[in-house]
Amino acid sequence: MTGAKVIAPIVLGVLMLALWEGIVRAAGIEPYILPGPILVAKTLVADWGTLEPSLLVTVRITLEALAAAVAIGGLLAILFSLSRWIELSLFPYAIILQVTPIVAIAPLIIVWANNVELSLLICAWLVAFFPILSNTILGLRSVDPNLLDLFRLYGAGRWRTLVDLRLPAALPYFLGGLRISGGLALIGAVVAEFVAGTGGNASGLAWRILESGYQLKIPRMFAALVLISATGIVIYLLLTWLSHLLLRRWHESALPES
Amino acid sequence: MRLVGVRGVSKVFANGVEALANVSLEVQAGEFLSVLGPSGCGKSTLLRLIAGLAEPTTGTIDWSDDSGRADLGFVFQEPTLMPWATALANVALPLKLRGMAKSEREARAAEALDNVGLKGFERVWPRELSGGMKMRVSLARALVVQPRLLLMDEPFAALDEITRHRLNDDLLELWQASGVTIVFVTHSVFESVFLSQRIVVMSARPGRVSAELAVTTPYPRSTAFRTSAEYAAWCRQASSRLGEAMAA
Ligand SMILES: Nc1ncnc2c1ncn2[C@@H]1O[C@H](COP(=O)(O)OP(=O)(O)OP(=O)(O)O)[C@@H](O)[C@H]1O
Ligand SMILES: [Mg+2]
Repeated sequence: MTGAKVIAPIVLGVLMLALWEGIVRAAGIEPYILPGPILVAKTLVADWGTLEPSLLVTVRITLEALAAAVAIGGLLAILFSLSRWIELSLFPYAIILQVTPIVAIAPLIIVWANNVELSLLICAWLVAFFPILSNTILGLRSVDPNLLDLFRLYGAGRWRTLVDLRLPAALPYFLGGLRISGGLALIGAVVAEFVAGTGGNASGLAWRILESGYQLKIPRMFAALVLISATGIVIYLLLTWLSHLLLRRWHESALPES
Repeated sequence: MRLVGVRGVSKVFANGVEALANVSLEVQAGEFLSVLGPSGCGKSTLLRLIAGLAEPTTGTIDWSDDSGRADLGFVFQEPTLMPWATALANVALPLKLRGMAKSEREARAAEALDNVGLKGFERVWPRELSGGMKMRVSLARALVVQPRLLLMDEPFAALDEITRHRLNDDLLELWQASGVTIVFVTHSVFESVFLSQRIVVMSARPGRVSAELAVTTPYPRSTAFRTSAEYAAWCRQASSRLGEAMAA
């Protein structure tokens, strides 16, 4: 089963790439309309010198935004679980932030932050933090009421109950939110950069795509796209692995398939 | 000697449900008391009131001395274990919450596990345990604080009959060895007769005490008792009391 899980998508992927290459060659499609996968791969190698710094910028912004989302989303969730009043007053604003399209507020943030990288970071964080916040709140509440009674019976205070009961109970929910936020942080970082549309030395992969479009370097555009997708996949796999590592001992989601 | 008295206790929930109406009963130190009643008659509510997890609407819970309430064990309807902690850590939890040092509480928890027949299962995770074993861990967790009063809320209701009988036997042994007072809630006539010295029969909602029955058969009660004519007679008596309570 594990073998098939890896082999099946790889076989499909190779077939699709071959089909793509075949069509491009047979129909004689120009590279500036649609480059074949072989040309994209060659461009990736040839242009690595320009693409690599951009990749690093995008990855850095994504990871920083994700870290900020974990810290602020997690802390807010804990705060909400400790005080009903804080939750009642703040949660509506968290929802407003979540439902406002990032492309609509990105220009404002760019003007206010007055620093390209910082504004990209804020945008990516805005997109990424909500799943962590809402999932962690749900988890902190999904505690067996009998266990809560038990903690009360033996005189545990709020803090003890939080550390020894609510946080472990919330961990699977938090990790589920983290996996969603990982992808969203990348999307936020890329979308914000499109809106910012800046050049200069701190430009990420989105800028490379815009630039290649202006210059009709379509193969390079594809190469940048491949790097964005690959980053997304690696982030997802890493977070899945982390989740498995933390939950394998006890949680149903990490049970081996029978 | 009286350990705790329930005096004229009523409980009306915020949604208007009247769970208990004017319940009075005495729990004697060292006895095995069963509370027998139909589903929904307020048995769990009564235990929660005794444990101090909820406040009575009227009436009082009187402890003969102040240390009583501090020395409680509670076994719930479900095992209620923390899935992220080993059997040992689950059993050690009450001691941890009371601030006992790690090495001492683990030693005590290991002993408690041994007492319920789970020696060697210290490092096992709850999901690897059978239903009966989970209940044993839950029992060990209640006993690890060496309580004066052990409150049990239909602890074996979800288990198969063979496992339930074995746990009943072991529970009686633990009770006799430790001298703990037990209030055991059940809706099974057979279980209440086999286990207890005294049965309090409760009527349907709102719960009231409708009868009391002393089961005078001496302990130790063996498997032979389960098939004896004496046992059948007790069961018939308890059954008819329960029938009257439900008709009332
Ligand atoms: N927190 C609560 N709020 C409102 N009503 C409640 C609450 N807890 C229990 N009740 C109601 O009080 C009544 C008695 O409940 P309780 O759980 O004490 O019964 P029980 O005898 O333990 O039943 P069972 O045998 O099914 O466990 C029920 O009608 C129940 O719906
Ligand atoms: Mg109940």
